[in-house]
Amino acid sequence: MENIGLLSALPINELVFFINKVVIAGLIIGSIYALGAVGMTLAWGILRFANFAHGDLMTLGAFIAFMLTMAMPGLGAYVGLPTAFVVLPIAMAVTAFVTIFIDRTFYVPVRKTNPKPITLVIASFGVMLMLQGLIRLFFGTAPRQMYVGPKEIYRIPLAGRDIVITEPQVLLIVFTAVAIVALHLFLTRSRTGKAMRAMSDNADLARISGIGTAHVVRVTWIIAGSLAAAGGTLLAMDVSLKPDLSFNLLLPIVAAIIVGGIGQPYGAIVGGLIVGFTETLAVFNWAILLRPLKPHMPDWLELPASLTFVPTEYKIVVPFVILVAVLIWRPNGIFRGRVL
Amino acid sequence: MSLLSMRDIHAGYGGANILNGVSIEVEAHEIGVIVGPNGAGKSTTLKALFGLLTVSQGSVTFDGKDVTNARPENLVRAGLSFVPQEFNVFPTMSVRENLEMGAYTRRDDFRHLIEKIFEYFPPLREKHRQPAGELSGGQRQMVAIGRALMMEPKLLLLDEPTAGLSPRYMGEIFERVIAINEAGVGILMVEQNARQALAIAHKGFVLAGGKNSFTDTGRALLDNPEVAESFLGGGAKH
Repeated sequence: MENIGLLSALPINELVFFINKVVIAGLIIGSIYALGAVGMTLAWGILRFANFAHGDLMTLGAFIAFMLTMAMPGLGAYVGLPTAFVVLPIAMAVTAFVTIFIDRTFYVPVRKTNPKPITLVIASFGVMLMLQGLIRLFFGTAPRQMYVGPKEIYRIPLAGRDIVITEPQVLLIVFTAVAIVALHLFLTRSRTGKAMRAMSDNADLARISGIGTAHVVRVTWIIAGSLAAAGGTLLAMDVSLKPDLSFNLLLPIVAAIIVGGIGQPYGAIVGGLIVGFTETLAVFNWAILLRPLKPHMPDWLELPASLTFVPTEYKIVVPFVILVAVLIWRPNGIFRGRVL
Repeated sequence: MSLLSMRDIHAGYGGANILNGVSIEVEAHEIGVIVGPNGAGKSTTLKALFGLLTVSQGSVTFDGKDVTNARPENLVRAGLSFVPQEFNVFPTMSVRENLEMGAYTRRDDFRHLIEKIFEYFPPLREKHRQPAGELSGGQRQMVAIGRALMMEPKLLLLDEPTAGLSPRYMGEIFERVIAINEAGVGILMVEQNARQALAIAHKGFVLAGGKNSFTDTGRALLDNPEVAESFLGGGAKH
């Protein structure tokens, strides 16, 4: 009897609404940020520069997955998964290859001159603009659907209301979790993974220890490129595929890296989730949560229809605010990364 | 033939040369010590030897091979290990991982070597899971030397291993250096604590202005009134 009393006292409507609009939405966007940030922070820590083309590697990866999906749309039906997800490993491999190609062609010649980090950052800006141009050249600017058929939607009933989550969202969360565990095992157990951490910690000492830095750099780009492709594709599956996908991702990803500490993969994961959840909480309509309290409020207090910290169209200020706040109060991030 | 021989080395960082003719000879199983005033080119000599800056004139032979301007990874494989003065550990990695990185180029099972390092430096055994960046200065120095020993080098290069350490750790590091040498590893080290270092040295090299100004056995340099006067501060003590 007590249980029923407790349940009916709980504002189930509002709770489910909160789970749908904040918990799931934050987890989705946070996972995307984490997938992007992990690769970029690894490259940043090991190569000592922020690769601003990283966002466009995400878009590129998504377009490669899109092309593969269009080439063999029926593939997914064989295994009961969306085609775009089935071809994801190929898209990741191709993107990793392109990333290494970009490094060889554009970054290695600059690195040979022993440049200041900012020189490489500017070079990456050039690569970013070039990639954006190429993607628009080949695919145009119209949004596209990664899904061949309709999206599967799961509804989990909770006391009369439904928690709603779509198939691509489930895939994204599962993929991110698996990728994080795999990366953790790689970085802590494997010889190459440890060498990556060593080079990120102290590149000179890594060389002195006989660690082949070219090999470490190659593996770093493979991880960065393939995770970028995965993040881009999974996001495009959840919403739609647009050439400017990455441009909206780059800033939150950089914020996530700074929050977590530059060069810290675990920091980037935590940072990605922090930025993702802060964004969704900032645009969340709190008026709906406050509605059950209405009877207890004084009559003169009107509850507005929409009560958000930030209007949705200004969502992009949230990572900016986080970025500035972290740089002021904790410049090396929660995981004590490098100060650059 | 000496294990290491540097002949008339000239080297610098792009601009004017810092080394203007340094010669160093160390036999296998010996301790060589480089001393001299600040700016004499002591650390630069080790860096030039280890391929970290370009030698413009002169030659370096190690273990019978010409290794002038060789790359660090090749020198490591040839049996030369270097412990820089600063930033000589991987701070976020555990003590054990630091040691593993020292053995990066080995493909064999090196667990017994980690055991051996723990025997040289017992404090590391209980802290083997702790990030090296959290250790005290002296213990970090132990990790740094341990990392360099993981390749079982023929010659260990130490750049001011006792700089900034408390007297207690200083003594301990010197003791360990002797023990490592007695186990058959040649040592070439740069030291600020010239007296203490020359006392354990088979060979001493006094550098000034990027050149050798005295080269002799450690004992003889300590007893040399001229060296004592100009480089060791005060007359020779007996």
